[in-house]
Amino acid sequence: MPEEIVKLTIDDLEVEVEKGTSILEAALRVGIEIPSLCYLKEINEIGACRVCVVEIEGVKALQASCVYPITQPIQVYTNTERVRKARKRVVELLLSEHDRECTMCIRNLNCELQNVADNLGVRNLRATGESKRYPIQMDNPFIMRDYNKCISCRRCQAICDKIQEVHVYSAQRRGLDTVIAPAFMRDLGSTNCITCGQCVIACPTGSLVEREATEGVWAALADKDKYVVVQTAPSIQVTLGEMFGMETGTIVTGKLVAALRRLGFKRVFPTDLSADLTIMEEAHELIERLQRQSNLPLLSSCCPAWVKFAEHFYPQFLENLSSCKSPHEMFGAMIKTYYAEKEGLDPTKIVSVAVMPCTAKKYEAARPEMGWDGYRDIDHVITTRELGRMIRQAGIHFRNLPDEPYDMPFGVSSGAGAIFGATGGVIEAAIRSAYAILNKKNWEMGLIDFEELRGQSGLKEAKVDLGSQEIKVAIAHGTGNARIILDRILNGAHYDYIEIMGCPGGCVGGGGQPILGGRDHKRISLDYRHNRADALYKIDMHSQLRQSHDNPDVKNLYEAFLGQPLGEKAKKLLHTTYTPRGSYFNLVQ
Amino acid sequence: MITDIQALKEIRESAKKKISARIGMEQDEKRYDVLVCAGTGCVASEGEKVREKLAQAIKDGGLEHKARILRTGCFGFCKLGPLVVVYPDKTFYCQVGEQDVDKIVTQHLQNGQAVQEILYRSPVDQEVQETVDSITFFDHQKRIALQNCGVIDPENIEEYIAVNGYFALYKVLTEYTQEQVIDSISGSGLRGRGGAGFPTGKKWRFTYESLSDAKYIVCNADEGDPGAFMDRSILEGDPHTVIEAMAIAGYAVGSKQGYIYVRAEYPIAVDRLEVAIEDARKQGLLGENILGTGFEFNVELRLGAGAFVCGEETALLSSTVGKRGEPRPRPPFPAVSGLYEKPTLVNNVETFANVPKIILNGAKWYASLGTEKSKGTKVFALAGQINNTGLIEVPMGTTLRTIIYEIGGGIPGDKKFKAVQTGGPSGGCIPEQYLDTAIDYESLNRIGSMMGSGGMIVMDESNCMVDIAKFYVEFSQDESCGKCTPCRIGTRRMLEILRRVTDGEGEMEDLDELVALGDDIKEGSLCGLGQTAPNPVISTLKYFRNEYIAHVKDKRCPAGACEKLRRYRVIPEKCIACGLCAKACGVEAVAGERKKPPYKILDEKCINCGACFEKCPVGAVERG
Repeated sequence: MPEEIVKLTIDDLEVEVEKGTSILEAALRVGIEIPSLCYLKEINEIGACRVCVVEIEGVKALQASCVYPITQPIQVYTNTERVRKARKRVVELLLSEHDRECTMCIRNLNCELQNVADNLGVRNLRATGESKRYPIQMDNPFIMRDYNKCISCRRCQAICDKIQEVHVYSAQRRGLDTVIAPAFMRDLGSTNCITCGQCVIACPTGSLVEREATEGVWAALADKDKYVVVQTAPSIQVTLGEMFGMETGTIVTGKLVAALRRLGFKRVFPTDLSADLTIMEEAHELIERLQRQSNLPLLSSCCPAWVKFAEHFYPQFLENLSSCKSPHEMFGAMIKTYYAEKEGLDPTKIVSVAVMPCTAKKYEAARPEMGWDGYRDIDHVITTRELGRMIRQAGIHFRNLPDEPYDMPFGVSSGAGAIFGATGGVIEAAIRSAYAILNKKNWEMGLIDFEELRGQSGLKEAKVDLGSQEIKVAIAHGTGNARIILDRILNGAHYDYIEIMGCPGGCVGGGGQPILGGRDHKRISLDYRHNRADALYKIDMHSQLRQSHDNPDVKNLYEAFLGQPLGEKAKKLLHTTYTPRGSYFNLVQ
Repeated sequence: MITDIQALKEIRESAKKKISARIGMEQDEKRYDVLVCAGTGCVASEGEKVREKLAQAIKDGGLEHKARILRTGCFGFCKLGPLVVVYPDKTFYCQVGEQDVDKIVTQHLQNGQAVQEILYRSPVDQEVQETVDSITFFDHQKRIALQNCGVIDPENIEEYIAVNGYFALYKVLTEYTQEQVIDSISGSGLRGRGGAGFPTGKKWRFTYESLSDAKYIVCNADEGDPGAFMDRSILEGDPHTVIEAMAIAGYAVGSKQGYIYVRAEYPIAVDRLEVAIEDARKQGLLGENILGTGFEFNVELRLGAGAFVCGEETALLSSTVGKRGEPRPRPPFPAVSGLYEKPTLVNNVETFANVPKIILNGAKWYASLGTEKSKGTKVFALAGQINNTGLIEVPMGTTLRTIIYEIGGGIPGDKKFKAVQTGGPSGGCIPEQYLDTAIDYESLNRIGSMMGSGGMIVMDESNCMVDIAKFYVEFSQDESCGKCTPCRIGTRRMLEILRRVTDGEGEMEDLDELVALGDDIKEGSLCGLGQTAPNPVISTLKYFRNEYIAHVKDKRCPAGACEKLRRYRVIPEKCIACGLCAKACGVEAVAGERKKPPYKILDEKCINCGACFEKCPVGAVERG
């Protein structure tokens, strides 16, 4: 049935929309940006903050435009005296209980509340009074919760409930004492939070932020005794530019390397290389399991948020998880063993830093099993945002940097490694290699792009002909979608291989990625991820090397150090174990 | 099991005989029905003990053939509980204690003599008013919603059937189309009794017109206004009326399932509802194929935890399905998308209680009562500084003066009326100049208040209007669900300003800010709670601004209610120089010598504790 079209006027401008469109969305189409705070398209549409109110002819009360569905021809006024007065008061009230130490806030100049307050011309607060005084919660290595900056917009709750289906947050208590918090206001570290950081991305203010690790990195860089090595996750090269006002999806690989060198890192490597390494291990794991027909489907394990999700909610699938560490942990293990040996370095002097799109990697790096013989695989994990701030702090003009290549060895990576950063990338890369290993020849170029495995649809399935056999694969991103696919398996569906990424869109939508919250990007949806993913596929497309097993550095690594994929050494350094963690109920017992 | 109309009629006839004493039917031999109020108020003042003792005494006296003890619902005159009414004499006994039981049995039930000591005496002239019909309190009342309260035993379905219970349901099932039922409700002019006064028929029509595979009927029994208890009384006194009305509504809009959302703090109402639902189910008046008509309807209870905001219909629906009770923006209205996203009709208890009577007596009859736009009657809970506190039901259009001075018996002592608050935390304070207002939805709105659920709190000169406003805002900000900004933060900011004013730290600008902030909260809030929360402040600022100014400029509370602004003074002419005040004072702020009046209170030392005021035996210490 074709959608019904409704004609209306907004500030006397005529506009036609599909029936049911919200006034806020309709207004955008005629170039009117109605200020809003709690609204997040399709995720949080609750009309709670009351910033987006408008006047409708014939309707007595002001209406929240974000949730008012247009069903008949109405006349809307978005900029009347009455509307401005109401909006301004709402923002004043929010500020009256807000920790207004903006200059010291991590979201300074990138804060939606600040932006709205400025746009509405709030210059003084008429009514002030009691404001929140809660201790900052940071008893965990990944996310810091500052209730004193919370404006109760509930986006964190909405994204955790609806997209991730982890349900960590809920509204508690009443009136001014209302908090949006984990049950009993516990620290996120002692809940079943999967550490994905989607709440951080959703937060309009500095109430939810990553645990910063930059101080430790600066200290290591300043220590002449230390040899500081850095690796960058595949997606960083397509998102870091946003920290410097570049369009989403701008590829800044060379500038990223140049910036890291200028910050003082001794060696700059792409995690993409160890993504290739992961593929070698995981493709062999897949082949082995297919041959033995055991522990299928193989579930990817390179996303630590997804891993923790499985440990909490689907412990029965832990046997199915690939035992591969995630690429950055593998890399960490290689740097302090193979690389140290090769370069004649004392591994205790090496400080291994990872730039990740992710808050969960901070958690992962702190897992006790991520190390060996007293070494940690990774010493510091910083997010894209933290790296951006370090570059700014150092006064580096990022946009004017020359393009520089990664260091050798490990500087070579395949396009297959690059697409790890987008949903579907891991499975595509692994299949390219599994095919080659099984058939002793590469998948024919030109047929290599698995279009059906790409894209932002939350759940994808495909049948792939590996030559000797056809396998059924699936891809889920956002743990809410993971639930769907896992429940299908529990109900008898069969798959051979499933890639699951905790964040919607995969790493390009990661909890450590730049937040488009300031003046330039009116963030009322999160649908910018596809631009970033497209950029990764572009890198792959233009790669000379598109298959992990062809990576000469990887071949070298096996020949010179690791031996065989899934061999003894590889098992010790590149593989890990998992722990059932119980539901929240078990946690509080 | 009542499977058809014949069976229902048979039960009615036999049950009528059983309650003949109460409904003025001829009796073969005189038999007494002794009705003991079993509403929450009378139960709290140990009415149950009286009932048990009465029952025992009748048994002991071998009078079982002559008198029955029955539990019934609220008579309304709660101030004088425990209440006992003896039928067929209609003798009205007040504040009955266990010690009175023997006299009731020996004097009245055995000898037909009313027990004088516990009869009602008019506060005006101390004249005895012996029967229900002679008591002025009931004079101006017209009981429709409360019709069966205090007449029937709420836990006996047959007694409900005796007063034509479930006949309205049968009538619509057999004689009316769905649209005719809705037309009848529309034609009666009935409007929502929960507060906002939305036309009930319109609500039914919207729900009827929404197409869906399932629809729901929800009864809002989450009565939350401080001091209001009409819904509780109806549920305690006449639960079947609500169940029958819900079934009628179910037929009209096309629903098979009803829910009653009742607060868990109403344990008696919950018990009675459980009994009533169970009995109706057993008798086949709920369930499949009701009265052989093929119509199916069921009712379930949902208990609320007592959040005020759950009285708001979308919050109530959210709480009904087990989620946090929070409102959501409308549209979509529940009539389109409510419980489980299905069309849902939400009506208040009192609204439903009117429905069976409208069906039986006709829309015209109902519409003949009341004012042009507000038809029928309204139940009010009278409280505060008034002689006859309790529950009353009057036709719309009755004046405030009639309610307060005639039904309510005026202000106790020789105090002066100051204001009457209607509409609870959403309403406003109405000053003396509007006492002759004929009350209906529109007139109350016009004078800055609202009907609300029907709380009516009378204030006299000892009440400080700033303090009253503060009380309501304190309530609202505490009950705010915390979802929308204006209500969550704005009401707290208002409270903070009011606290400053009552503490003597207010500035004149604060008063302007109260008005501005109040307007903005009304404009911006998501639901009715926030949109009306400033009303008590705005109305008192309008009518009693002088009191605010006295607090701000003179640092004085004219009513002497605000503790921090209290000043004490000895009235020289009254002082007998007994010295008790000086003895009571803990900070030596009272100076004087025994037998040499007057004593004097030293302002610089006084800490306003009020000990002298309490102790003075002759009222010579003045507070103000």
